[in-house]
Amino acid sequence: MAGIMVICEHLAGEFSDITFEMLDVANKIGGDITAVTFGSMKEKSGELGIANNVIDAGGDTEYNPESYASGAKAAVESNSPSIILVASTSMGYDIGNPLAVNLGIPLASYCTGVSSDGTNHEFTSSLYGGKMSVTSTAAGPAIALMLAGAGDADAGRVSGSPSLSQVSGESLDRVRFKQLIEPDAGDVDITQSEIIIAIGRGIGGKDDIEIAEELAEVIDADIACSRPLVDAGWLPKSRQVGKSGMKVKPKLYIALGISGAPEHIEGMKDSTTIIAINSDENAPIFDVAHYGMAEDLFDVVEELIDELE
Amino acid sequence: MKIAVLLKWVPDLVEELEVDDDGIGIDTDDLKFKLNEFDDHALEEALQIANDGDEVVAIAIDGDGTEKMLYTAIAKGASSGIRLTGGSNSNTANLAAGFATALDGGNYDLILTGVQSVDDLDGQLGPILAANMGLPCVSVVSSLNVSGGVATVTKEYSGGIVAEFEVDLPAVLGIQAARETPRYAPVSKIRQVQQSTDLAEKSVSGSSTSGTIITAMSEPETGGGAKMLDDVEDLIEILKGLGVS
Ligand SMILES: Cc1cc2nc3c(=O)[nH]c(=O)nc-3n(C[C@H](O)[C@H](O)[C@H](O)COP(=O)(O)OP(=O)(O)OC[C@H]3O[C@@H](n4cnc5c(N)ncnc54)[C@H](O)[C@@H]3O)c2cc1C
Repeated sequence: MAGIMVICEHLAGEFSDITFEMLDVANKIGGDITAVTFGSMKEKSGELGIANNVIDAGGDTEYNPESYASGAKAAVESNSPSIILVASTSMGYDIGNPLAVNLGIPLASYCTGVSSDGTNHEFTSSLYGGKMSVTSTAAGPAIALMLAGAGDADAGRVSGSPSLSQVSGESLDRVRFKQLIEPDAGDVDITQSEIIIAIGRGIGGKDDIEIAEELAEVIDADIACSRPLVDAGWLPKSRQVGKSGMKVKPKLYIALGISGAPEHIEGMKDSTTIIAINSDENAPIFDVAHYGMAEDLFDVVEELIDELE
Repeated sequence: MKIAVLLKWVPDLVEELEVDDDGIGIDTDDLKFKLNEFDDHALEEALQIANDGDEVVAIAIDGDGTEKMLYTAIAKGASSGIRLTGGSNSNTANLAAGFATALDGGNYDLILTGVQSVDDLDGQLGPILAANMGLPCVSVVSSLNVSGGVATVTKEYSGGIVAEFEVDLPAVLGIQAARETPRYAPVSKIRQVQQSTDLAEKSVSGSSTSGTIITAMSEPETGGGAKMLDDVEDLIEILKGLGVS
């Protein structure tokens, strides 16, 4: 029976939120649901209660791009699903893409939604840094790389006792896991902050960060940032919000000169109140913000400092 | 060591994007394009790890911007540039097909490209290409060292956690960030390169179809969207309402 397969992602012995989001998405599409786990995660298959079946695809418990892609392929071949949901994440990129090539089936990236009648599928994807929403279709088995936020992780977190089976991929060792490296703890833990002023590339230069820091002092906020500022070495990694940074949920998140790429939004969308200041009125950040100002951030910040001081 | 860096020309998101008349693509008339920023990081990382005697070859499929990308890459320090004719850069499947033909038999030790691009709907080039060529691949790489035919890389997960892997060469890596901000090449230098250097040409074919068919493109429906404020006074009222001041 053609069903939906969810390639589960885990880190440090726990299923990641995206796994439960994908289970929720699968549940809403409807049909027979098979979850695929790796390494020792089969022992936690009781957490995957939305799935009817769990396939243990072997491999080490530590993620390995080659062996997980190979295990996923063996799982697909044993089960012939019509849709395969893979996380649009660092781990998922190296599973979903080779899977598409090696099975010769289509793949849609950056999916925020999937619908299907079992044979014909429709994908909604967020492209161009979140500035365009694209609908695409495919027939027959296909892969969707699912963005965080596509499903509701809480709704997907259902315990149960899916049936368990096993497949094994090839044993490959061209890529070898060595170690996990935790980030250096920063001076401030932004996941605990009540008020965050987050700055993006719109700030211009390293020296201009000062003005945001001044405002932060006035309203007692912590400074966070988008990824390019960390890559440029302007702020430490511990201040980065987003997919490869921290997930934050402050009471107030003020985004200054941040465009709102899906990878950034993933880390801050659950903030209680979001205020965005960006000179581009079409910036996607305004889609998740509660309040917005399409103005030059320097003008606004200077005036705020003057008025609030 | 011979390193290939694969480059792609993409719309500059600073520009306003509009849907074209067919409703399934973006209107590219008057749109500004630029080198995919992650490809720029891939190039920088290649230049950083290359030692004397190593070769860094920039490669792009022929189209708008190709000469600019390749001459700029040479101006920044790449050893040479190859323009691939006859291929198509319309989707990842085509790019991967073209690059695979060009790289095949080239004895490259490392193939670097940006982790993703803003329009790679049918998949990310690095892992798609690697699967086509039967090579190992690691995506989302933020540090790279090579010694004795093995690359040691870190792959970024979430929450700032990274995993270190060893990868046997030859391999494809999807670069997220170079160790340093990509260098800048002055226009005068690029012009000089353009006058003194010939780009190599290689003919390839882009035959793969991506399998998915785009049926609609639109600006995203906003989940209500932000309440837009006109002046700072309004913003201050809101901040005060939230107990901030
Ligand atoms: C695997 C992966 C993981 C990633 N992880 C993360 C992550 O964890 N966090 C993250 O943030 N990104 C992440 N990214 C990067 C992400 O794709 C974007 O490139 C990044 O978020 C863009 O940062 P930005 O908004 O600051 O810059 P840009 O997109 O360049 O936006 C700058 C904005 O500033 C505005 N602006 C310019 N000048 C002014 C002014 N004077 N006043 C007001 N506004 C102005 C512009 O209109 C523009 O909207 C990741 C990418 C990948 C591929």
